[in-house]
Amino acid sequence: MALKLLSKLRNQNLQITRNRNLHRLLDAARFFSEQPVSNLSTPDDSKFIIKNKQQTTTSSLKQHELAKFAAISDTWWDSEGPFKPLHNMNPTRLAFIRSTLCRHFSKDPNCARPFEGLKIVDVGCGGGILSEPLARMGATVTGVDAVEKNINVARIHADLDPETSTIEYCCTTAEKLVEEQRKFDAVIALEVIEHVAAPAEFCKSLAALAYPGGATVISTINRSMRAYATAIVAAEYLLHWLPKGTHQWSSFLTPEELVLILQRASINVKEMAGFVYSPLTGRWSLSDDISVNFIAYGTKDGQ
Amino acid sequence: MNRVIARKVVPANNQIFKLSSKKFFSNEAAKASTAAASSQSNQESDGNLSFTGNVQPYDIAIVGGGMVGMALACSLATTPLTKHLSVAIIDSSPALANKPCIKREDPPDPRVSTVTPASISFFKDTGAWQYVQQHRHAYFDKMQVWDYTGLGYTKYDARDVDKEVLGCVVENKVLHSSLLSQIEDTDFQKKIFHSRLTSMSLNPSSSSIVVDSTASTEASYARGRLAKLELSDGNSLYAKLVVGSDGGKSQVRELAGFKTTGWKYSQNAVICTVEHSVENYCAWQRFLPAGPIALLPIGDKFSNIVWTMNPEESSDFKSMKEDDFVKAVNHALDYGYGSHPKSSLPGSAGMFSWLRGNVTIFANESFEIPPKVVKLASERMAFPLSLMHANEYASKRVVLIGDAAHTVHPLAGQGVNLGFGDAFALSRIIAEGIAVGMDIGEVSLLKKYEAERKLANMTMMAILDGFQKAYSLDFGPLNILRAAALHGAHFISPLKRSIISEWRNQFRVNIRLYLPWELLANLTLYNGENSKSILIPIPARSIWQPYRPLRFQLYFQSQHHEDMYRNHL
Repeated sequence: MALKLLSKLRNQNLQITRNRNLHRLLDAARFFSEQPVSNLSTPDDSKFIIKNKQQTTTSSLKQHELAKFAAISDTWWDSEGPFKPLHNMNPTRLAFIRSTLCRHFSKDPNCARPFEGLKIVDVGCGGGILSEPLARMGATVTGVDAVEKNINVARIHADLDPETSTIEYCCTTAEKLVEEQRKFDAVIALEVIEHVAAPAEFCKSLAALAYPGGATVISTINRSMRAYATAIVAAEYLLHWLPKGTHQWSSFLTPEELVLILQRASINVKEMAGFVYSPLTGRWSLSDDISVNFIAYGTKDGQ
Repeated sequence: MNRVIARKVVPANNQIFKLSSKKFFSNEAAKASTAAASSQSNQESDGNLSFTGNVQPYDIAIVGGGMVGMALACSLATTPLTKHLSVAIIDSSPALANKPCIKREDPPDPRVSTVTPASISFFKDTGAWQYVQQHRHAYFDKMQVWDYTGLGYTKYDARDVDKEVLGCVVENKVLHSSLLSQIEDTDFQKKIFHSRLTSMSLNPSSSSIVVDSTASTEASYARGRLAKLELSDGNSLYAKLVVGSDGGKSQVRELAGFKTTGWKYSQNAVICTVEHSVENYCAWQRFLPAGPIALLPIGDKFSNIVWTMNPEESSDFKSMKEDDFVKAVNHALDYGYGSHPKSSLPGSAGMFSWLRGNVTIFANESFEIPPKVVKLASERMAFPLSLMHANEYASKRVVLIGDAAHTVHPLAGQGVNLGFGDAFALSRIIAEGIAVGMDIGEVSLLKKYEAERKLANMTMMAILDGFQKAYSLDFGPLNILRAAALHGAHFISPLKRSIISEWRNQFRVNIRLYLPWELLANLTLYNGENSKSILIPIPARSIWQPYRPLRFQLYFQSQHHEDMYRNHL
């Protein structure tokens, strides 16, 4: 059970712990967030919501945390370091987001800051790897992650650049944002839904966060045999890109399922694309092949 | 299982806490100072921005405003995604301080470049080519390469490769001022520092985070891990990306700690401008025992000479009387060292006839003698030749372009074209990074540039070095081989033409199968294009351009499947 939950901490698990020091630090960190979870977890509670004891004492612990994660944030953001796969994939995900959102909101794609004036929420932001580029592209970004230490890392890193220091990071969940009645022009949740126990509920929350006519972008892994071979066997066991147990094949969604649950949440999927990794160049690119990693863009019904 | 992990990590965890409590105050101080800094900088921007000693952050600092550095600036200024960037150009040369007025009547400068069609198209893209055309420049569409042994020669015509021209010879100062003029036509935010770089710190130490409030503006940049540059005039500045385009003895390369590989050739090049009695439209290159001599047209009956020779010889040739030098040049381009190659050797014509098929020899394919030089039109300059290649072009916040990354044998005048290739590739990759919201100093972005250019540059360097070595030996059998190679290339060319066009039509990729001996003549002119064809893996559609959208529809094999799905959810 605890292991299963461990896999739900999305970004934090995407690390390769080759570096000894880092290994120790990350294990320590994991312990922090895991412990309360395993105490609190009941079958019903194993949703995306991860209750964190520390959360209640945020104000008093914040400075400690800031100091502690100032050191780690460098590794999170070291594009040659343990998060290399994620950094590698990032430009490709952003290319899709740029392309679809520019068309959705009729923005000029040849401009350096096309998202100027758009409010975007990044659900499951992790260390802010997606939030920062979105902010550089002009968006008013809110980054949300259930794991407080990710938020701290993200906040420290974003403060380094005046362009990204405007990002609002919150240690909260999509469901809580809905309770707070927050609304955004675009809702983005990348590589999150496969770690969520109730995807349909999660999608409803995402839909509730978007203004009517707003955009939603979701990426995940297909429940295909190829995905099993590449995303689990190759990435976790052969290449050690991801820690073993990061993903569970059974919790993946097929594109059809994703489209259906989004439809029920009143989001119409307009476009889909696949991510394809080229071992020759070591780069990801967008393609029509959605058999492993895929990303979907949809619009919320109604005005 | 989880408990085991948990127990293990408890001690480590405690350690972190101890550490963190120590760091706590310093961090808060830094935080507070940042806040102070931002309010302070706001006040500054309301008031006077340009007081001396002010530390300003730039997006890009280009160290070295030569042709390659300015090509980068020009390309950035004219690309929609990068034109908003603020750029600092650091160069102490007077060419940037007061824009030189170039008159057409002036005799041509001996420092010229052979701009390849690929580089010409880059210049046209940025709009700088219109300024080049206002000055003296000379297109040439023919080239003849031959050997002093009189056994072989080869001629190239632009039509062989479906081109209008093989290249264009332009004075360096014209290229430089054209780029500058084009930049001034745009509203690009650039600031030129007439100074030299004295120091560069790329990773301000973490201790510098803790600062008193007076130095707070700087602290926030240091915290942002920007590169800090200090200049010889006391100014200092911060930049997200430092571009080293400061030539073969690059200061940036040294300060960044990039290692280099290379060697000196025991050869010097003598360059000068000469005048003919008739206008020259062809590029000529003849291999002499000590090295090649090249005669390049620069327009208005002028030509440029690049003559490679031993260092001792070069000082003689540099100091000898003008008349004697002119005689020596004519001698070297005509009967000196050996006879002319014959247009058709009966024996070898038979040997190659199977390759030629029914193609007849065109009149313009016969061997020609270059136009006579009548007068020396500039001073003579001599410089040693060397080869150097930086093992790395990029690290976080630093990148090298042009001669700072690679110095080549000027055998074919390729140095600057490689540099232009670097500049435009870097500008394109910066634009790609900005399109997806990346930090432009990010190492993963810069490594993309490195991977792309290293392959192109190293291939060219290896070829040029190979030629230098092949021709630096004066050894009987080798001479015959070389000559046969040149001769063979000449005869094979009709066949080559058809191969090229067929391949092109089929694959729409500029793959060319060069016979080794053809390379020299070709690479002289097609470097830019070659490097493109080497880099086929570049995705055809740039990543920020819309991909082909996949309209998604639900297909179910049967009603049963659909029900199953719906029930499943």
